[in-house]
Amino acid sequence: MADYMPRLRRYYASYTVGFFAFVLMLAVLERYGMPPRWIGYSFLLLTIFLYATIGVLARTASVAEYYVAGRRVPAVFNGMATGADWMSSASFMGLAGTLYLSGHQGLAYVMGWTGGYVLVALLLAPYLRRFGQYTIPDFLAARYGGNQARLVGVLATILASFVYVVAQIYGVGLITSRFVGLQFEIGVFVGLAGILVCSFLGGMRAVTWTQVAQYAILIVAYLVPVTILSYQVTGIPLAQLTYGRVLQQVQVLEERIFDEPAEVEARRLFRERADAYHDRILTLPESLEEERRDLAARINTLKNDNAQMREVVALERQRRELPRNSEDARSYWETQMHQAAQRGAEPDHHTTAFPGQGESVDELARANFLSLVFCLMIGTAALPHVLTRYYTTPSVGDARRSVFWSLLFILALYLTAPAYAAFVKYEIYSHLVGSPIAQLPLWVSSWGKIGMVSIEDINGDGIVQLAELVLNPDVILLATPEIAGLPYVISGLVAAGALAAALSTADGLLLTIAGALSHDLYYKIYRPNATTQWRLVVSKSLLLVVAVLAATVASQKPATILFMVAWAFSLAGAALFPALILGVFWKRATHAGAVSGMLVGLLVTLYYMVRVHFDSIPWLRIQGIGMEPWLGIQSTAAGVWGVAAGFATIVVVSLLGKPPSRETQDFVESVRYPELDR
Amino acid sequence: MQLDERQRGYWRRNLWLTAWLLGVWFFVSFVISYFAREVEHILVLGIPLGFYMGAQGAPLIYLLIVWWYARQMNELDRDYGVHDADRDD
Repeated sequence: MADYMPRLRRYYASYTVGFFAFVLMLAVLERYGMPPRWIGYSFLLLTIFLYATIGVLARTASVAEYYVAGRRVPAVFNGMATGADWMSSASFMGLAGTLYLSGHQGLAYVMGWTGGYVLVALLLAPYLRRFGQYTIPDFLAARYGGNQARLVGVLATILASFVYVVAQIYGVGLITSRFVGLQFEIGVFVGLAGILVCSFLGGMRAVTWTQVAQYAILIVAYLVPVTILSYQVTGIPLAQLTYGRVLQQVQVLEERIFDEPAEVEARRLFRERADAYHDRILTLPESLEEERRDLAARINTLKNDNAQMREVVALERQRRELPRNSEDARSYWETQMHQAAQRGAEPDHHTTAFPGQGESVDELARANFLSLVFCLMIGTAALPHVLTRYYTTPSVGDARRSVFWSLLFILALYLTAPAYAAFVKYEIYSHLVGSPIAQLPLWVSSWGKIGMVSIEDINGDGIVQLAELVLNPDVILLATPEIAGLPYVISGLVAAGALAAALSTADGLLLTIAGALSHDLYYKIYRPNATTQWRLVVSKSLLLVVAVLAATVASQKPATILFMVAWAFSLAGAALFPALILGVFWKRATHAGAVSGMLVGLLVTLYYMVRVHFDSIPWLRIQGIGMEPWLGIQSTAAGVWGVAAGFATIVVVSLLGKPPSRETQDFVESVRYPELDR
Repeated sequence: MQLDERQRGYWRRNLWLTAWLLGVWFFVSFVISYFAREVEHILVLGIPLGFYMGAQGAPLIYLLIVWWYARQMNELDRDYGVHDADRDD
């Protein structure tokens, strides 16, 4: 192992230099007229080829290599791999957009997703490493004894990870379809291939080394556009330090724009529209009939007046797209009403925390902010694909150091996301708002074509008002290269970064799911005397099955995908966190306590999410199950109740039963106390 | 497993350190966030303190916490002569 580190450094240094040379070469080729589509293809093919090469070189047939990379990943590299593992397409594409749209409220994600690492470092990583097995259910089984704890752990692992992996593959489909122009479904399966080439042959070993490579690409891709934008706007190429000044300018612009008469008028019109939808919903089903008659009459008058064919066609399409029955009409109009009401609402200042009416503090926003931070932190500290990474370091000390490196590499992205939001907001408020609709900037029209940006001139003055502008959150990151006027190569680089973020996370998750199924379910419970070779065969086949399953679900484009990611955190946190923590810090926690606590935590969270978010589940024919949220907490922070219930159940049930056996207590001590020199 | 005084001492120091650092973590995460509106007149790099803590301050403090913990614990391990079984370099 003596010459291991320098060799690794040499490999990755030459790899990074090679990648930069490739980007430069493409930039030169673009100058000479290489079409954007080819640049997109080059990035897609080259990066997947790179990952595949690493995947093949790192193939392995050893169980320790396959599950925990042979436990010889140095702290720094494990940190990078964890960073890539951790930062998903939601962090890469979604975070900047969320911060743009919800200002201070969006910071819950920045705090939650970084603060969770404090819990990982202080409460989990060193103890898991000292325990030194392969999966999280392994730990639960060893601590609490018996296979029930293992089974519940497997269930929670699979539930949380599968939801999350579907979201990643969905992200891959979006990126390939947007930048390379592949069809969404084909993009999903190209992404699937990209994921499998890494994890299939080499397991954790291959995934670790590709993740290090993917981290390098994703962080460069994230930092380059905003650094250049910062240089253009402020003259200093350090976006993280300069965006404070830009935010002050945004504040000034906000004060001017929010009260402009045209802006107030546009908001009033949107509110009127919302009210009109409200009336229509109340008078269903007559209102739908009336709507239909009204459109028919207008089409007839137009036809009689020999009006433009185009207008007639547009109206006829409107008539075709009318909802068929009053149930459809209700849900469709409700969405329309919410959208209109949102656009008509008083806009909030970017940096104001928990804005309420006028100067007041919105208590509900505050409670939701704090509970979301809490859920994301607990979830971070309980997501199995992150925790298993700390099994791969050579020693306990390295595990501790490795959490530091992980957080450092993650912060490189998370500290930059608010800068994206600030710079793009400044750009939009200072240049786009108030400009004539006839002369929109190029990036608006090009992203408008695929529906990521839309402007509706509701007051008909031919000028863009803030209330008239609707942005898809993903566009904040994707459009920055164009806003800064950079060549297409940079857009390709950003796409490659987003792809790396999604692929690396999906790899880690798939491996975790396959590990839980093959190691915990098959080997430990079903067939304890299976041979090593056979275990790897089972693991690899399961990996394939799960991957194809996830891709199939993703290609259905499930509508609630963004919610599902937040739910994965709450589920993992509520089911696993209490049992893991008490397993180390409370010797009195018993098997019965842990199993019931995990189940209660999981069920309370699921119950709350489902009932707050859905009113009906059509495919189960369940209706009218919606409920008022408790204390106004949204479904994304459902884990607050689940974690509390989980802790309480473990404590109560444990105290009611007999204390755990001497053997279990010895196990806890072996995790806590290292061998000391006498 | 029979524990001796040294092992108890090791665990006590570990718990103290963990508790202190968790206290800091709780304060920057929840207490400052709760009072974000009350401290918004304080500016850091031109940003109101509540917003700054969420965007940069708290994450950087988290990093310090994790760094300090790793340093102190690894030092403690050295003082107590801990042998990490798998260490082979």
